[in-house]
Amino acid sequence: MATDLLLEPDVIDAVLAVAVANGADFAEIFVEDTRSTTTTMDQRRVEDLMSNRSRGAGVRVIVGSTTGYAHTADLSLAGLLAAAEAARSVAQRQSGGATVVAVGAAQVHAMRAEIEPSSVDRARRIEVLRAADDIARSHGGAISQVQLSIADNSRRILVANSLGLLSTDHQVRSRLNVSCVASGDTGMQTGRATLAATAGFELFAPERVAETANNAARQAITKMSARPAPSGDFPIVLANGFGGVLFHEACGHGLEADAIVKKTSIYADRVGELVASELVTLVDDGTCDGEWGAIAIDDEGAPASRNVLIENGVLTDYMWDYVRATQEGRASSGNGRRQTYQDLPMVRMTNTFLETRDATPDQIIADTPYGVYVAALGGGQVDTSTGDFVFGMTEAYLIENGEITAPLREANLVGNGPDVLARVDAVANDFAMAPGTCGKWGQQVPVGSGQPTMRLTGMTVGGTAA
Amino acid sequence: MSEIRELARRIAGEASGNEQIEVVVASGSDTNVTAYQGSVEKFTSATSAGFSIRVLLDGPSGARIGTASTGALDDEAVAEALAQARDNARFATEDEFLAFARPDGVAAPEIDLVSPHFDALSTADKIEMALELERATRAGDGRIRQVQAATYVDYRSASVIVSSLGIDVETAETGAYLSVAAIAHENGENQSGYGLSVGRAGSELSVETAARDAIRRSTEMLGAVKAPSTRTTAVFDSRTASELLSIISSALSGDMVVRGRSFFAGRVGEKVAADAFTLVDDPTDIRHFAASPVDGEGLASRRNALITDGTLTGFVYDTVSARRAGTASTGNALRGGVTGCRALQLLPGTDDFDAIIRQVGEGIVVRSLRGVHSGVNPISGDFSVGITGRMIRDGQLAEPVREVTIASSLQKMLLDVVAIGNDIEWLPGLAAGQTIAISDITVTGS
Repeated sequence: MATDLLLEPDVIDAVLAVAVANGADFAEIFVEDTRSTTTTMDQRRVEDLMSNRSRGAGVRVIVGSTTGYAHTADLSLAGLLAAAEAARSVAQRQSGGATVVAVGAAQVHAMRAEIEPSSVDRARRIEVLRAADDIARSHGGAISQVQLSIADNSRRILVANSLGLLSTDHQVRSRLNVSCVASGDTGMQTGRATLAATAGFELFAPERVAETANNAARQAITKMSARPAPSGDFPIVLANGFGGVLFHEACGHGLEADAIVKKTSIYADRVGELVASELVTLVDDGTCDGEWGAIAIDDEGAPASRNVLIENGVLTDYMWDYVRATQEGRASSGNGRRQTYQDLPMVRMTNTFLETRDATPDQIIADTPYGVYVAALGGGQVDTSTGDFVFGMTEAYLIENGEITAPLREANLVGNGPDVLARVDAVANDFAMAPGTCGKWGQQVPVGSGQPTMRLTGMTVGGTAA
Repeated sequence: MSEIRELARRIAGEASGNEQIEVVVASGSDTNVTAYQGSVEKFTSATSAGFSIRVLLDGPSGARIGTASTGALDDEAVAEALAQARDNARFATEDEFLAFARPDGVAAPEIDLVSPHFDALSTADKIEMALELERATRAGDGRIRQVQAATYVDYRSASVIVSSLGIDVETAETGAYLSVAAIAHENGENQSGYGLSVGRAGSELSVETAARDAIRRSTEMLGAVKAPSTRTTAVFDSRTASELLSIISSALSGDMVVRGRSFFAGRVGEKVAADAFTLVDDPTDIRHFAASPVDGEGLASRRNALITDGTLTGFVYDTVSARRAGTASTGNALRGGVTGCRALQLLPGTDDFDAIIRQVGEGIVVRSLRGVHSGVNPISGDFSVGITGRMIRDGQLAEPVREVTIASSLQKMLLDVVAIGNDIEWLPGLAAGQTIAISDITVTGS
């Protein structure tokens, strides 16, 4: 049904024709209509209910190595033509350039969402918050505060370009955050847990909500008895799940083709080389059903795909968007993403993970005489030109004589990507993924990170204890 | 009267019965030019608008608030947002402290944030400035191998806040900046650094300042090694000091205090910092790039003393957090119902960066912070971040260092401030920067 499209094909053809009229090589229109809601609860009060709708289009024109971009919230033909004219102002040629191929039949995609958020009454969201609040508080009096939020995002996109592509996607994401503060003689400590997926309201099954609330409360209480983290270089065992952010920071950003083409990444010109321990097979895969970084198509209309980046320690490929892939005469890998229609796409990760091996998590811990067990990580940050990165431990313990012992206060880990990749000396069989938000040049996109339990022979822990 | 103000008044005028409506409309346009390898890599020219409606319903046990926002200003979008905000309010919990701001009689400072020279540059001039920035950065030092992006940005924005309680204000500002990210290369090693020049109009910007900054920050890191693990004095330069003040500011938000999420709660009148430490939030100071005549609820901006000679003197509040605390708004509503500091500055000390390095003698200069969002907990005060910087030996800058963490707690760091510079730099963002030296920091490296 044509009304399912955010724009009619004849309007699209007219806009693209204007966009290439100064002799551009490529033109694209990206249309987005996103509805989102957030409901927050703090100390049992339902405080904020917010709804947002963001709807608009961006027109991109490429001429030679120059990109022009303009966006508008006015989806009338006049509004779109004005954007096309602004975007094409970078093209000074009067002839040549691309011929617009009329868009074909739309390739319509949608991520699986059983219960579309807009069909869910506000009261049901509040019930989820109350249930999670009750569970967090059931951990006892040390939990002095519980703050929660439930959010959903229903994003419909349409991408059409002068090559004749017309493709759409409907991406629905849902998220529950639970934050607890535990108070006592030693001050305040925080615990945080997130349940998030590319899914509809069905995500909030009671057992999953309970698990999330329990994790947040347990983390805050555990940290009340935490001692200062040690300072120095120690073996690190990373629990499965969000530990994958290590690979996101340690090498993922350095494998994005924009940094490769500009040779600002330490991984430029190194395909075929051994860049990691042979235990490392790293994959970026936008097709992982339900994961936080899952997409059917990227924000340039390329289908999501599974891309092996490092195989048994050997660098096999980078991640590509349209511009960088075209410069290198190859196809996009489905990694061209943007935050909203107001942004230009760039190379971004989707779901990035380390593949499993044979060890068990218990064996790895038992084989570690002394070290740090990291159960939960906060975010991280990397300088792709040097590979130096940091990431924060939000729940960590000492390992002494092969056993997990005392909880540790928050501290950062620092390391260097290539160096740390070589230090992976054990990988287990208990794969798990976790959701995250990745920021790059001011744009935030949802990404998944994953890995099984694994060990690094050493990494710098930035604690205060001697 | 502007069109958006008229629209805002019309929506606010729909409040009826036990309902209040507040409308915030923001609109703007911007130009963004990125140069790469001698040509224009990206050129973006855009206008955007958005409005946010809050509906407050008065009830027997207090008020409820619902919010809706949208990026379109057509009648259909407006009607949909208003209906959603009203629906949202019905599901909130009644709270005796919830209220919209009422005009409080404080006059907004007369500060003009619109440069008369904003339109002085043509599009061609802006493109030329971005190209020149890339050329100057490449040419300034033979070790600069790559310029990732040399960018010129300018913007003009206007915003209107109107409520059914009589708030009715309109503000406008212009701004521009140049930024450049350079990669220096020597002996097979890369180091990056970025440079910045900021102003209210493109004609105020300096290509030379931005290029020089990027060249110095990238080349000075060449040959960096791990710092020796030790406990020493850390000297934050103006850029990292500004980040540090921004982190601390979260604990000075009245909202965090009344919710029991600040390590400063209940400590007004106590000594919380070194004697030399006097911190104010002053969005009325036009030199600050975060200056603005009004806050996010339309109340006049004012100067608020936070820490005076090391003693905690107060917090910042919006209308709701002030009611919870039994006080009045300090004009510190941010957008989106958040309360916080708006334009921080530290009372300058007497010495410049070089003099402070000489006084410190042995220590470490902090040039960049990494992992701030994951390594600092503004509730517990735990502080552990990755840094790059320079060692200080014999009162001089010595070898560059990387892959280093510094750790302490925010509470202890404030008390351990040993010097504050006179070298105030008006940086974009929440806090102006100047050199700050802090003793007894745990440095972990090799």
